[in-house]
Amino acid sequence: MSATEAAGLVFETVIGLEVHAELATRTKLFCGCPNRYGAPPNSAVCPVCLGLPGVLPVPNRRAVELLILAGRALGCEIARLSKFDRKNYFYPDMPKNFQTSQYDMPLAEHGALEFEVGSRVHRVRIHRIHLEEDAGKSVHVAEGRQDVAGRLGDSDYTLVDYNRAGVPLLEIVSEPDLRAPEEAAAYLEALRDLLRWLEVSDCKMEEGSLRCDANVSLRARGSLELGTKVEIKNMNSFRSVASALAFEEVRQRELLEQGGRVVQETRTWDEERGVTVSMRGKEHAHDYRYFPEPDLAVLVVDRAWLDRVDASIPELPAVRARRYRQDPGLTPAQASWLTSSRSQADFFEAAGGTLEVATWMANELSRLARESGIDLAQGRLRPQALAEVLGLVNRGTISNKGGRELLEHLFREGGEPAELVERLGLAQISGEDALQEEVLAVLQDHPQAVEEFRSGKDKALNVLVGQLMKRTRGRANPQVARNLLAQAALRGEEG
Amino acid sequence: MHRLAAHQLLPRLRDRQLRARDLLEQALGRIGRLEPTLHAFLHLQADQARAQADRIDAELDAGRDPGPLAGLPVALKDNLCLQGMPTTCGSRILESFVPPYDATVVRRLQAAGAIVVGKTNLDEFAMGSSTENSAFGPTRNPWDPGRVPGGSSGGSAVAVAAGMVPLALGSDTGGSIRQPAAFCGVCGLKPTYGRVSRHGLVAFASSLDQVGPLARDVRDCALLLGVLAGHDPLDSTCEDRPVPDYPALLERGVEGLRLGIPRAFLQGLEPEMATSFEEATEALVGCGARLVDVDLPHLEYALPAYYILAPAEASSNLARFDGVRYGLRVSGPDVAAMMRRTRAAGFGAEVKRRIVLGTYTLSAGYHEAYYSRAQKVRSVVSRDFQEALARVDLLVLPTTPIPAFPLGEKTADPLDMYLSDVYTVGVNLAGLPGLSVPMAPVRGLPAGLQVIGRAWDEGRLLACGQALQSVRPYHLAQPQAALFDGGMA
Repeated sequence: MSATEAAGLVFETVIGLEVHAELATRTKLFCGCPNRYGAPPNSAVCPVCLGLPGVLPVPNRRAVELLILAGRALGCEIARLSKFDRKNYFYPDMPKNFQTSQYDMPLAEHGALEFEVGSRVHRVRIHRIHLEEDAGKSVHVAEGRQDVAGRLGDSDYTLVDYNRAGVPLLEIVSEPDLRAPEEAAAYLEALRDLLRWLEVSDCKMEEGSLRCDANVSLRARGSLELGTKVEIKNMNSFRSVASALAFEEVRQRELLEQGGRVVQETRTWDEERGVTVSMRGKEHAHDYRYFPEPDLAVLVVDRAWLDRVDASIPELPAVRARRYRQDPGLTPAQASWLTSSRSQADFFEAAGGTLEVATWMANELSRLARESGIDLAQGRLRPQALAEVLGLVNRGTISNKGGRELLEHLFREGGEPAELVERLGLAQISGEDALQEEVLAVLQDHPQAVEEFRSGKDKALNVLVGQLMKRTRGRANPQVARNLLAQAALRGEEG
Repeated sequence: MHRLAAHQLLPRLRDRQLRARDLLEQALGRIGRLEPTLHAFLHLQADQARAQADRIDAELDAGRDPGPLAGLPVALKDNLCLQGMPTTCGSRILESFVPPYDATVVRRLQAAGAIVVGKTNLDEFAMGSSTENSAFGPTRNPWDPGRVPGGSSGGSAVAVAAGMVPLALGSDTGGSIRQPAAFCGVCGLKPTYGRVSRHGLVAFASSLDQVGPLARDVRDCALLLGVLAGHDPLDSTCEDRPVPDYPALLERGVEGLRLGIPRAFLQGLEPEMATSFEEATEALVGCGARLVDVDLPHLEYALPAYYILAPAEASSNLARFDGVRYGLRVSGPDVAAMMRRTRAAGFGAEVKRRIVLGTYTLSAGYHEAYYSRAQKVRSVVSRDFQEALARVDLLVLPTTPIPAFPLGEKTADPLDMYLSDVYTVGVNLAGLPGLSVPMAPVRGLPAGLQVIGRAWDEGRLLACGQALQSVRPYHLAQPQAALFDGGMA
């Protein structure tokens, strides 16, 4: 299309994502080595995942089950028969110089994910989900030059850590149903939340257990044909997914508006410079020479296996959010926030699942989690302890403020609420006898306020209450204190 | 002693007429005398073997049973991993590679009391039919050192044929056990695909490779197969089925069995080989078998399909030899150059030819025409075999079209070399068991009768081989040992 033609057009962005998530299995996909992040280099390896001559893969059934679980939760059809294939290419961190993956018979196909952006519900179709093995990690070393560490071109030598080699990955390929960068980021977050909810993957982008590549193209709005697509790699956070796609959207639009053409290629996101850079063109695309993995039998998922996995699918977040809106009647925002993680929702229910619990979690606990950087599930606060704290507040044993203080202590240090109330001296003084002495002291110290109150200025009582709270360091039950002060002032007990 | 079969040695070892240590010393002595001529071995472990033999002797002396192969020296083809001994696959690229683990078949041998004396020569990565493709020099045929022993398990076949060891392991991807067995006058069995674990066998073509026995007679094959066979959790293509007592099935004979002969496929067979074959089949008829002509219309396409599929799998299996983790490394300015230089220096010509061939047939644009079509041929050939074996109990044909050929005769013409496998590759494509048993010599050289059966029917194959041996004991013929053995026999 020419520049003048292009200039008059409104473009529509079309995005599809390929998401890789490392499965939360105990062991690797084809051997018994532990699947663990952060172990010392090459400590979680064996002849199989090192690809030594003569070794053979033995599939991990749990990995297959986790994929089926994710597939079912995304509404996919699960293939009764699927197979593994070899994807052949040379790379030093790939021990066999082929990756065992699935090519034309993936385990799961034809699903969809629904998620909200603002208040709009989006539905993105899932093209396929397949199982494959991860590669190791190359570490480029430049001796004595910190500045170039990590960059291949400037390094002196390269070390390879094969701990990650053979870790099970699921690849989730969406249809090109996304229309904006922020939509893509929201889809990715929703997918992460779901996979975490299912305990299929811990989905930590910073640790590489969640990775995302994107295909982006532009077309004239209203057109049914897809434009030439560009693949974007190396987006290492949710923010960089949105930024990279936004950059690419503009790059392609400007190109088209100037009468240029988009070239089919793979581009890498340069986080520092905030641009995408060409990696390789179509003519340099790999020929992976896929063929069926002869070392593995065809994978059969029979009805019984499928039923067992189905029975293990937990209540999904959308279903649970709907339930919370009905009972105890949370707002949509509260319900969707609570169900953004399974541990959070489970905590909510274990603490009683009331409106009050939701409010305290949304206000106090989310603040504490944010400030400490400790996830609610990892904190020391048990849900039963939150329920106890709320009981103490409701019974007036401690004040609201005391409740907040107690909660913070429980979150950071743990412990028994009742015992802590005692130890920290948080109990409210509600007994009239216990407050009597303090009441008299306040009246004596503030005769002017007493006078004003007696002459009908009700507001003067607030001053007296404030003073009493000060003397008791906030522990006085404010309602009891108010009553006592009013009665004593009117009786003229100040002396 | 070197004339005796394993099943003849075992009772002598058990009743202590013969000590494992003495048997081993004789084997080592014979290896020492014959190796300069034959070059069957790539590595020997005399000291470890002696220690093991002494341990077995101590067990036997104490009246314990150290297993069904107790005290027997065995040789392993050098594509099987034995912890601590190099596994070179006959290649420069693995010259320095010492595996940190044992192949399952090696564990089974050791658990059965067998004593591994060393590793035998082979065509590089088992790619060849003459053992001339070894980076460490060819192995020679004990019947005529000017001729090849066949391949790729040539070293193992020669070690048995020359009486160095009674038992050896080979691997068979397209005939690599049966063809050298035929060329060297010994018995060799390629089991049903999935009968024997491949864990620890360096892969050539994973969907075709099987480990199997090479032995002096059929009974020894049965004995050894019984030790090797069975499920292995480390190989998911190795099936979990009961292992029959193979030696107990040997005497079932061939009475009333229908033996199928693919006449059309054998047209043009050279007259002497045809005569030898006729004589063997007539002998089986004498044992009560009936001969039936069968048609395997697509078997002629087995060889081209094999030479598409095997190299395709090999191109992927051999990709891991890149200088990064183990084996040879030739430095270069960057990783890609290092890999290229390592592979250029480390692989021999035939291996490179097959890697290039396999890479090509899997490439985009050619995949359909070659790889996919060959897969279709494979299923058609398998169906042919299935249909034929539904009508008959066994198929019989010569193992090879010609006996052992002179060294160097076919090295310049790969296609001519590939034709050596014409009668054997079909069995691998179909995943069936195949046995080669000596039949009447052809021009003074050993020849083999190949018996093919239904999947998991090794017992019947072995019974047929045993029947032939009992009436035509060609397996007892010995190579002209005096040529190179100083009259030691």
